[in-house]
Amino acid sequence: MNDYHGSAAGPSSGSGDGSAPRRNSKRPKYSKFTQQELPACKPILTPRWVISVLTLVGVVFVPIGVASLMASNNVVEIVDRYDAKCIPGNMSSDKVGYIQDDTIDKSCIRTLTVPKDMDQPIYVYYQLDNFYQNHRRYVKSRNDAQLRDSEQADKTSGCDPEKNARDGSPIVPCGLIAWSLFNDTYSFALSGKILTVNKKDISWKSDRDHKFGKDVFPRNFQNGTLKGGATLNPNIPLSDQEDLIVWMRTAALPTFRKLYGRIEQDLKANDTITVTLKNNYNTYSFNGKKKLVLSTSSWLGGKNDFIGIAYLTVGGLCFFLATAFTVVYLVKPRKLGDPSYLSWNRNPSGH
Amino acid sequence: MAGDGRPRSVHRLFEMAPLFRRGSRRSPAELINAGYSRTVYCNNPACPEALDLNYPDNSISTTKYTVANFVPKSIFEQFRRVANFFFLMVACISFSPLAPYRAVSILLPLVLVVGATMAKEAVEDWQRKKQDIEVNNRKVNVYDGAHFFYQTEWKKLRVGDIIMVEKDEFFPADLLLLSTSYDDGICYVETMNLDGETNLKRKQSLEVTSILHNEHSFQKFEAFIKCEDPNEKLYSFVGVMNYEGVQYPLTPKQILLRDSKLRNTQKIYGVVIFTGHDTKVMQNAMDPPSKRSNIERRMDKIIYVLFTLLVFISSISSVFFGINTRNETDAGKYMWYLRPDKPSIYFDPKKASLAAFFHFLTDLMLYGCLIPISLYISIEIVKVLQSLFIDHDQEMYCKESDKPARARTSNLNEELGQVNTILSDKTGTLTCNSMEFVKCSIAGFDYGSKSFELEKTLTKGRQYELSELHSLSFASERQNYESRKPPKGFSFVDDRLMNGQWIQEPNADLIQFFFHALAICHTAIPVVSQSGEISYEAESPDEAAFVTAAREFGFEFYRRTETSISLHEFDPKAGRKVDRTYELLNTIEFSSARKRMSVIVKTNENQLLLFCKGADSVIFERLAKQGQLFEHNTKCHINEYSESGLRTLAVAYRVLSAEEYITWHDGFLKAKNSVNAEHDAIVDEAADRIERELILLGATAVEDKLQKGVPECINKLAQAGIKIWILTGDKLETAINIGFACQLLRKGMELLVITLDNQDINDMKKNGDRDALEKTLHESIRNQIHEAQSQVSKMKGSNVLFALIIDGDSLAFALSSSLEHSFLDLSVDCASVICCRTSPKQKALVTRLVKRRTRKTTLAIGDGANDVGMLQEADIGVGISGVEGMQAVMSSDFAIAQFRFLERLLLVHGHWCYRRISAMICYFFYKNITFGFTLFWFETHAYFSGQPAYNDWYIAFYSVGFTSLPVIALGVFDKDISSRLCLKFPKLHQDGIQNIFFSWPRILGWMINGVCSSLIIYYFTTRIIFEQAFRQDGHVAGYDILGVTMYTCVVWTVNCQLAIYLSYFTWIQHFVIWGSIIFWYIFLVIYGFFPPNISTTAYRVFLEACAASPLYWLATLLVVISALVPYFSYSNFQKTLFPKYHNLIQRLQVKRER
Repeated sequence: MNDYHGSAAGPSSGSGDGSAPRRNSKRPKYSKFTQQELPACKPILTPRWVISVLTLVGVVFVPIGVASLMASNNVVEIVDRYDAKCIPGNMSSDKVGYIQDDTIDKSCIRTLTVPKDMDQPIYVYYQLDNFYQNHRRYVKSRNDAQLRDSEQADKTSGCDPEKNARDGSPIVPCGLIAWSLFNDTYSFALSGKILTVNKKDISWKSDRDHKFGKDVFPRNFQNGTLKGGATLNPNIPLSDQEDLIVWMRTAALPTFRKLYGRIEQDLKANDTITVTLKNNYNTYSFNGKKKLVLSTSSWLGGKNDFIGIAYLTVGGLCFFLATAFTVVYLVKPRKLGDPSYLSWNRNPSGH
Repeated sequence: MAGDGRPRSVHRLFEMAPLFRRGSRRSPAELINAGYSRTVYCNNPACPEALDLNYPDNSISTTKYTVANFVPKSIFEQFRRVANFFFLMVACISFSPLAPYRAVSILLPLVLVVGATMAKEAVEDWQRKKQDIEVNNRKVNVYDGAHFFYQTEWKKLRVGDIIMVEKDEFFPADLLLLSTSYDDGICYVETMNLDGETNLKRKQSLEVTSILHNEHSFQKFEAFIKCEDPNEKLYSFVGVMNYEGVQYPLTPKQILLRDSKLRNTQKIYGVVIFTGHDTKVMQNAMDPPSKRSNIERRMDKIIYVLFTLLVFISSISSVFFGINTRNETDAGKYMWYLRPDKPSIYFDPKKASLAAFFHFLTDLMLYGCLIPISLYISIEIVKVLQSLFIDHDQEMYCKESDKPARARTSNLNEELGQVNTILSDKTGTLTCNSMEFVKCSIAGFDYGSKSFELEKTLTKGRQYELSELHSLSFASERQNYESRKPPKGFSFVDDRLMNGQWIQEPNADLIQFFFHALAICHTAIPVVSQSGEISYEAESPDEAAFVTAAREFGFEFYRRTETSISLHEFDPKAGRKVDRTYELLNTIEFSSARKRMSVIVKTNENQLLLFCKGADSVIFERLAKQGQLFEHNTKCHINEYSESGLRTLAVAYRVLSAEEYITWHDGFLKAKNSVNAEHDAIVDEAADRIERELILLGATAVEDKLQKGVPECINKLAQAGIKIWILTGDKLETAINIGFACQLLRKGMELLVITLDNQDINDMKKNGDRDALEKTLHESIRNQIHEAQSQVSKMKGSNVLFALIIDGDSLAFALSSSLEHSFLDLSVDCASVICCRTSPKQKALVTRLVKRRTRKTTLAIGDGANDVGMLQEADIGVGISGVEGMQAVMSSDFAIAQFRFLERLLLVHGHWCYRRISAMICYFFYKNITFGFTLFWFETHAYFSGQPAYNDWYIAFYSVGFTSLPVIALGVFDKDISSRLCLKFPKLHQDGIQNIFFSWPRILGWMINGVCSSLIIYYFTTRIIFEQAFRQDGHVAGYDILGVTMYTCVVWTVNCQLAIYLSYFTWIQHFVIWGSIIFWYIFLVIYGFFPPNISTTAYRVFLEACAASPLYWLATLLVVISALVPYFSYSNFQKTLFPKYHNLIQRLQVKRER
């Protein structure tokens, strides 16, 4: 930089920039950008920094983990697997035959005991296992336009193989997802008194308002030779068929829960709930499980200890690493930038 | 032997480059038949015969594309890249039902990337087009064939047109010079645009045509020219003109080349011979050999690795899919909700293998994001910006010549950081190439006493602190010259010769001859300034120094015509200054093969004199018996001079008798008039016949000063572990001395000299037969090499450094296929190598050998036309934009004004660019793998059905939206070590030579890091967002929400990973990294407002579902931190326990700044 200011720089010399280069000079203009001298911070992670960062992570993570675990523990959850239990003993060798036989009454009664006080709202879920709602053939098999707009009811592209009824007229709602709609039903009674299950607003609002039309009614649904799942009342518009809407928001993983309804009443510990259910849905062909779940919720949602444990583990790991670094730093201290390290002999010709 | 080789001139070196590239050359016989068919009907371009020839018009086009072929051609160019081609294929099948997501999400990145590259091409081509249009529409005066000249555009010129060009205008085509505004038909041209030489060249028309001076005289002018076909040789032309029934041979003297400029002449008339693309300059314009850097070549390999990985995981997926599909009908696995009873070919339990095959194609598309589609374009952008930094670096700006550094190609930036061997030219590169006449030896006496700088450097201890010496020598100079400042190019001090005192010397007549030789034997042109002072335009600075010296001695050359040279000279007889004119009979020019030039003049006393100057070896073997009188003394002096680093030439003369001259002249003319491929050889042979029986006069010595900062720079580069070779045309002694002066050779170094210059061999040369000689020489070189090798191996382990010095003759043998291996092994063991007496072609050969054999990066640096071959051959060619014009710069990859800037170019920019590009590529693979593998893990839980985990548009935007700018910022701005420390610790350069930033372990490490990150991201998100309610209101998370959460984690992780990796944060880095993350949320919100048939699963997902869920945010925090912890702790453990050199320097930097 010593020859930077021409003889004509005058009083402005020393300012470091700005002094106009001589006319016609090809000297590159100075800017912090082109000289790569923009003000910058250079976060070189020194041991002290590393230890502090790791400790900080630990300090933040452990409390979050504790809070998450507490939230999860406060959730009261009753899970009842009924797919096997609801098969009469004589049919247990032919479960598929049982479920496919329309003549048999599929009613089944289960009794659940409330382990702890449950504050309302208590969410009722059904849980399926080994059910691949994320299979591409399945996920693709729907037509969003048809669901939304009554004028596009004919649009069944993508709905293979549940596209048209036998006479060629379009099925509304078409596709495998709708066709396989879950059709077990539950009714609850608490010591003889019926517990109302509120099935309103169990779906996402945006789905009801924008994805499923208010003037779209089921047509030709479940008219085929093979009946998949539930039937729909052709007089109720799709936007009000909340079970369908919930079902059609497909699950990400083969084990999933779907919201069935809400019980808006507190339950006391040791209350006994009688569930009368219709065991209609076939999970036996593919060895799937069915569970009924009653659960309260916390600020974190339902019961899942994983996040709390993970936070504690990672937080603990960070503490451990911080300690390890400290030990390394104490046992093998390297003075920062000690020039003697720089003179260590490197073989200039490489290996 | 000088006359035996095929004719070559220094300038003809341009031809060497194509020679290397083309496989075969036409044989000479073919040339005779095929190469001389061009016919020009002068002044009658429209006659039927001329029209039949169908020569192209004079418009040129340097564009790569035309409007019509732009789209197909540039698209074709684009899809030659394997990654782009893959995506094109994928895009084609994406319209079929096989596509796992909508075609648009595959097309979008492809279109953006290809579109951006095409736009870049189009802009570049448009620039060229604009230039072409400007050139094609320049105006020129053309004769209408009958009456007068009219103006027309360049592009309308036809072969045979007569045109008029005025002072300072460019020639629009290759012309035959007919006449000029001077009576004797001479004119001066500047060929800057062709070869970059700034000196004026003299051209002269044939005498018969030089009288055609005005419009009327052309009315009846009609001639017929037969000449060579268009070719790229700038300095040769063979043809004959039939005019008024007589054949006149044509030479390059009569040819004016397109793009050169008329100077010092009012106007000229000429006939168009070559037009448009037939012109020599256009024939020369060929694309420089395209060079690719090591890193890019390795990057291609990595892309293949990724392809393999892609095929591998696609195969796994499709095999599992096939098995799953086949088992579909088994009891207990019957997924009725998929309707296996109504199969399609993509899902048919009975034809599971076919379905698996189709599924394979689907998977290729699904995991396509493993292939970094935007990598090439990102690298291109980054490199252009890096070049901008090189261009704008003020530290590499040369104030004296007002020239900044230039990165002429941007694709080699990172290669600068990996340079292992530098091959340097000497003259003009290490030295200034401004010659100073310092000493001479006349008739066996040594004249000139000034101790010059170089010698001082050498004698005063050969130590490091050169700057001190500079000031010292300047001081002493000032004392010596207080009275008078010496003219440029002359720093001779000796009272015996100065101020006319030479008459008192014993051999005054010989001294007079010597001065005559200096004043007459040259091709310089005097330029008289307005004040009457004379300066000289010469082809080489040596020559200018000689003429200036002659002037200072009292023999002032002041006028040159085609046939005479005039001097103001001191006449000892008359005792005063007189004007004398010498009739110039012949000039036999210098060429690198001949290594001499001669001039034959007739004095006023009708004496015929031949003056010859040239390399001592060439002159000494041409001496007459009586001319060897001072041979011994002169040789001694020459040795002394070259030992002190001076350039020497021997000077001789000969008196010719009239008969002798006439006989020779006839033969010489005949040789000159021959029209065939052997022309040059015949002329050389003819010239050789008269340059014999010479009488030695003495020798000259000129000093070539070292450039500023050269020793320091070489010292630094040597510390950096870079091997430096000097390839020079100088003599062995000179070369060794320059070596010492510029620190390449140091005290305590063991010098290994390989030379053929010993007595036995010289004797053999004189009388041995060729075959035996050849064998002996070969044997001698072999022995010398082996001897040197054993010497080196003996000393191995000790700290002795070796330097190898080899001369050109020996080099020719050492580079023969049988010795090449041992020679290179030896040279690799030596810290520095000096090859002296090398021809330009040998320079290129050496470069190629070093490059091939060491497989390391070579850099060639040079300034002259003779370095072009070397520059093009090396991995990186650096041109010095110094005195010798632009030819080297034109064929270089980087241009700097002075050698010393090489230090900054390599150690600072090289290091930065290398680290940036390698870090960028590694990171690129990391981010694509992280993303691609989350898709794969999801697949394992989606029955391998090919369902992507994310919405289509998330996938489309990944490469071009949320991760593109940060990675570019890494490539452009990251700076691990400041320039000051880079220069202070040159050993850092070893990082590049050993390629530690882009070694396979490092690349694989990053890939593994990517796989780890993806595993952590996938496993953690799917465990956190499991079956349970995901918010307080009891909603569970579906496919859409899991996708958003996982994608959020990926975007955060890869960007934060970059933030951890960066070592330099300006606002730009902050802006792009955090901006990219914020952009993801903005995108999500905006996209969520699109109607559901566009946004599908992303419809209002963020605002409605995720934003209000603490679980979503807690999951992001946990997953991102967990995914970063492995890299973070690994890299810090490594830095603490096993720090690399750059880690230590980084820490030093921190310490300094506190």
